[in-house]
Amino acid sequence: MLAGVLLLIFLPPLVAKDLCKDSQDGFKVRLSIKTGLGDDAYEWNESEMFLFRSTLAYAMRKHSNQDTYTIDNILVCNDTQRVSFVFVVTSTDDPDQLIPKEQVELAVRQNKHRINNAFLLSDMTLEFMGIPPTLSAPIIYDTEPWLIVFGVVIGAVAVGIVALLMSTVSKKRRAKEKAAGLSEEDEGIVKENGTALSSLGRKEGVYNQAFSNDDRFTKL
Amino acid sequence: MDRFMTRPDAADMKLNLKLPNPGLDERIPSHAELEKLEVEEAGERPQWDNKAQYMLTCVGFCVGLGNVWRFPYLCQSHGGGAFMIPFLILLVLEGIPLLHLEFAIGQRLRKGSVGVWRSINPYLVGVGIASMLVSFLVGMYYNTIIAWVLWYFFNSFQDPLPWSQCPVNENRTGFVSECERSSPVDYFWYRKTLNTTPVIEDSGGLQWWIVLCLFCAWTLLWVCCLRGIETTGKAVYVTSTLPYLVLTIFLIRGLTLKGSVSGIKFLFTPDLDELLNPSTWLDAGAQVFYSFSLAFGGLISFSSYNSVHNNCEQDAVIISVINGFTSIYAAIVIYSIIGFRATERFDDCLNGNILTLLNTFDLPEGNITESNYDGFLQHLNSTAPAVFQDLQLKTCDMQTFLSQGVEGTGLAFIVFTEAITKMPVSPLWSVLFFIMLFCLGLSTMFGSVEGVVVPLQDLNILPKRWPKEAYTGLVCFVSFGLAIIFAQGSGDYWLALFDGFAGSIPLLIIAFCEMMAVSYIYGIDRFNDDIKFMIGHKPNFFWQVTWRLVSPLIVLLIFLFYFITTVSKELTYIAWDPQSENFPTLETKSYPDWIYGIIFILSGVPALVIPAVALYKLIRNRCCAKEEKHTTAEHKIQIPDELDRTRRSLH
Repeated sequence: MLAGVLLLIFLPPLVAKDLCKDSQDGFKVRLSIKTGLGDDAYEWNESEMFLFRSTLAYAMRKHSNQDTYTIDNILVCNDTQRVSFVFVVTSTDDPDQLIPKEQVELAVRQNKHRINNAFLLSDMTLEFMGIPPTLSAPIIYDTEPWLIVFGVVIGAVAVGIVALLMSTVSKKRRAKEKAAGLSEEDEGIVKENGTALSSLGRKEGVYNQAFSNDDRFTKL
Repeated sequence: MDRFMTRPDAADMKLNLKLPNPGLDERIPSHAELEKLEVEEAGERPQWDNKAQYMLTCVGFCVGLGNVWRFPYLCQSHGGGAFMIPFLILLVLEGIPLLHLEFAIGQRLRKGSVGVWRSINPYLVGVGIASMLVSFLVGMYYNTIIAWVLWYFFNSFQDPLPWSQCPVNENRTGFVSECERSSPVDYFWYRKTLNTTPVIEDSGGLQWWIVLCLFCAWTLLWVCCLRGIETTGKAVYVTSTLPYLVLTIFLIRGLTLKGSVSGIKFLFTPDLDELLNPSTWLDAGAQVFYSFSLAFGGLISFSSYNSVHNNCEQDAVIISVINGFTSIYAAIVIYSIIGFRATERFDDCLNGNILTLLNTFDLPEGNITESNYDGFLQHLNSTAPAVFQDLQLKTCDMQTFLSQGVEGTGLAFIVFTEAITKMPVSPLWSVLFFIMLFCLGLSTMFGSVEGVVVPLQDLNILPKRWPKEAYTGLVCFVSFGLAIIFAQGSGDYWLALFDGFAGSIPLLIIAFCEMMAVSYIYGIDRFNDDIKFMIGHKPNFFWQVTWRLVSPLIVLLIFLFYFITTVSKELTYIAWDPQSENFPTLETKSYPDWIYGIIFILSGVPALVIPAVALYKLIRNRCCAKEEKHTTAEHKIQIPDELDRTRRSLH
């Protein structure tokens, strides 16, 4: 009688351990807490393991839309100091039946983000061996940022070119006008005697090159 | 004037050889005419607004991308601190004399490269044309590098930087295979920027983003060079000073990073045995020569806009010193960042190995650290050797990572960009770095464009009434059109080809001809008198020896070395081939046969232009002389006086 009772008490954990150890449907999990958190690393203990099992039960619940998964459905074994272990998920209807690998994988992949956050870790530091991480989608821009900068630079260059060309054109025009204006005044002095004085009235005088001090003409 | 009256010194009679050069006095302005020009400020020739503009332009032309990415590599690969010795010696014996020569001749004859050589002797016009061709070819590919710099600059305005992580593949389970096998920076450079093909024959089509960047680079250059030195003189205030500011910022940033000092130590650790290796000296000589941008014709042009009594001797010394100092300063900055990158890589490698060990043996974290790593390795090797072999741990050697210091585009676009991604606030450093590279390259391009535009004007090929804007615009437009070949998939290989052959051998030949022409055709005595007239004292013994003997000898030696090594070995290039076995290591491939034709055009044509033009002029003069003799014979009876005058002016 006593033996029977003892067997009943100790059988489930033994069976559970066998289910976990020998099964093909288990996943190895590895946590690198110190690498991930450095000085803020927490100690891995039974409570943390409890949290892990409950997050996994949560994942199974979400995936299968059944609210029947509890922490007892998650069995853990091969616990090492590395902080790595193997877990399996038992079915809610039959504790001896294991949920197939693919189902568990899907559940984990769907909720990896929540599992990571529960432990303040990332895909690199909380690894499920055999389940590749779902990488974040690449950022898609409406307009590539480089095109925007390119547009700004080209715009500035175009403005610069136009400004410089305009200034050259206007300089040339002014030079032409000045040359034309000077030649007109010279003609005025030669043609009409009367207007020579009137032109003087407008300006301080007219530079008469015949009486210049330029050495050019006096050098021998 | 009457040289034959003064007794030549017995001591330098041997080296005082001067080839006959009739009519020189008619072709060049005399000292009196120069004084008049100086006083009246007459003439249409452009002038510098102030001395600072001139110095900044020359410094900008000399200081270029080579100072940043060629010198540090040479320094590190040729015995570190010991490389300074050949570099500084050759700077003094080769760089400064050549620079002084170009400045002095430009200032004296007041013309661009074609004009100067035509004045010295019409048969020498080929030297000027060769300079123009080399400036054009080098400018073409140099601006393509600037286009790449611009591409990286445009892409720096995002966080995270596009080369910091690999792009994910379609089903988001992993990264793109090519990136996975190499690295994100490699992938971004070879695939996203160049979209490079595995072989040079495979053109790969035009990469539209590179074409856009090329267009941007050439229009930016045109807006700065629009009116010649009028506009470049303003632009250099920024482009020549900004690189120094950025280098200083990077130095401060670099020194605060972990591992930077090991990089600097690695750079300067002297290995005096390297001094016995002749290739160290030859590389130092070549670096000094190319670093000074000699024989491009740009320096002669810039110097010709100076006032006649400008102290060109002092300028040459100052600019050489600045150039040398910049090389060393840039080397310190670059290697502090490379030291940081190498330390990061080493740490990553080590941590990766430690993780592997922890995972395999299920040890708690923190059991194996960097300090007890080696001890643990030995222990595990002895206890479980089979398992240990299977692990295939990577060897983490700091020296290997440090000597991965690359040169050229690899340094800027792969090594340095990787280092930047590991710094905090990476986009800022990236923007600064690429602005610096852009300024360094652009200021060199100013000299290049000057070296093409001014000879074009002097040769009178295009209508004279065209404004300067049209000349610079035409040069930029044609260069842009031809530079499209670098925008192909195989563009990087073409650029390496141009870099290796267009800018190396022809320049050495031109420089040698320049020195021979000034010393022996123009006449070293006349040159000494000119310098005495310009700066007040005759150049001392050092200049005489270097101009007449030492510098030409050094240039000749470097030329022979390059020529022999190029001709003797089979020409190869390195290619990025994802299909190759050693991927991601670059694969050495040999050129197809038709490339040799292109190499001949790049190297041979500028060099052969010199004798070809001389020959052409000789033939033309002989024909003209014959014709003139016939016509003068007819007039002989009628007008004897005029006949004498025409005969004299024929020479």
